[in-house]
Amino acid sequence: MAWQWFHRLGSPRWFYEKSSGWLPWLAGASLLLLAVGMAWGLGFAPQDAKQGNSYRIIYIHVPAAFLALAGYYLMAISGAIGLIWKMKLSFVVMRAAAPIGAALTFVALFTGAVWGKPTWGTYWVWDARITSMLILFLLYVGMIALSRAFSREQLADKACALLALVGTVNIPIIYKSVDWWFTLHQPATIKLTESSSIDPSMFYPLLTMIAGFYCFYAWALILQTRTLVLQREWRTQWASQLLGEGR
Amino acid sequence: MSTPEATRQAPRVDVARNLAARERGGPGFVALLRTELLLALRRRADIANPLLFFVTVLALLPLGVGPEPALLARLAPGMIWVMALLATLLSQESLFRSDFEDGSLEQLTLAPQPLYFAVLAKVAVHWLVTGLPLAMLSPLLGLMLNLPPGGYICLLLSLLLGTASLSLIGAVGAALTVALRRPGLLLALIVMPLYVPVLIFGTGAVQAALDGYAYSVQLAILAALLAGAAALAPLAAAGAIRISTDS
Repeated sequence: MAWQWFHRLGSPRWFYEKSSGWLPWLAGASLLLLAVGMAWGLGFAPQDAKQGNSYRIIYIHVPAAFLALAGYYLMAISGAIGLIWKMKLSFVVMRAAAPIGAALTFVALFTGAVWGKPTWGTYWVWDARITSMLILFLLYVGMIALSRAFSREQLADKACALLALVGTVNIPIIYKSVDWWFTLHQPATIKLTESSSIDPSMFYPLLTMIAGFYCFYAWALILQTRTLVLQREWRTQWASQLLGEGR
Repeated sequence: MSTPEATRQAPRVDVARNLAARERGGPGFVALLRTELLLALRRRADIANPLLFFVTVLALLPLGVGPEPALLARLAPGMIWVMALLATLLSQESLFRSDFEDGSLEQLTLAPQPLYFAVLAKVAVHWLVTGLPLAMLSPLLGLMLNLPPGGYICLLLSLLLGTASLSLIGAVGAALTVALRRPGLLLALIVMPLYVPVLIFGTGAVQAALDGYAYSVQLAILAALLAGAAALAPLAAAGAIRISTDS
């Protein structure tokens, strides 16, 4: 009996019906947290002594970068669950997580570039973290490209899950090697101005934004998963009924 | 050159011979290694193409950036490494292709011998006919690109170790995309990000040698990457082969 919830979770129909109840809560929580965090961070948090107002981009940049990496692990773990327990829904979640993760990685890269222009004087430097993020973006893009290449969804699911797992093993190695490469080549012109600690008056709005991004991620992931579930299950009775009602 | 039909017939016969050898108690790994090597040596053009690609692209480099010896010497280690990487990648598309098309890949998944060793044998042969000649050719190209003499031995050693890792990692991508009709660019897209650590430490070793430092650390890391790849990549590739042949 204890495992009943786990098996239920694997059923696309159960998920579709249950998740419609979660959506308003997640939407409300993410909108509220994002609105509060953004107003707080952009309007009320103090200016940075060295960077002025341009530092405020961290309120978007840091949460996006957080979730870009966490999203890869979520994708790989759901792929592994799908491979091990042959759970249909788990593959769908994995497929849904890929474009969202790629978009967040792009947001992190883009905001980093926008921040770099006034602070470092250039949009792009081959900094260790930027380079790692770029490679993470390429991993996501490769994953999406692979998933699009197969005509049979089942084959695509398994292949993507395997690729995600291979990527997971590689991410720490890539991160460490890029770090090593950067310390070897470190250009002298760039100095990171951030001090190691961040003031609470700046930190609490950042925390709010991170929480808001997590809620937003869950919301987007569930929405995307629901769409994919309908796309795959439209031949089944429950889905065709549902789609018929909507018409 | 033999006709495509003739080359496709060959592996089937050899696999049968392998199976017979195993029944007599012959070690499967060695038998497969011998078969694959024989097959590779009979298709001379396939061996020559990556090498010709390697040489041709590097011959284009001075035409692109100009013939100044100092500039070429500065670019040589990185360019030789990147081109070796591309040559390995391009040759890898056909790693499992003919075996997949004539069905002998499926036979290998059914064989009593673990698929891990079959993949390892195929990758070992791929390295013997691609990575090894590439590494052997690299000092000559270094000479043409005005690489300082201090870098030759290191370039050779780093390519020997590095191309083996590249072959192993690329095998995972080749196995994942073998069921697709035209995997070329997709294979590059999914495998390239995974090549990053090998490239970083490979060029890092040559650069250290040129700067007059000890480069044993980088070579040790390359060897460690090779050990890790040899242990894990055939497993992942075997899983990918099972996914690709399962239709």
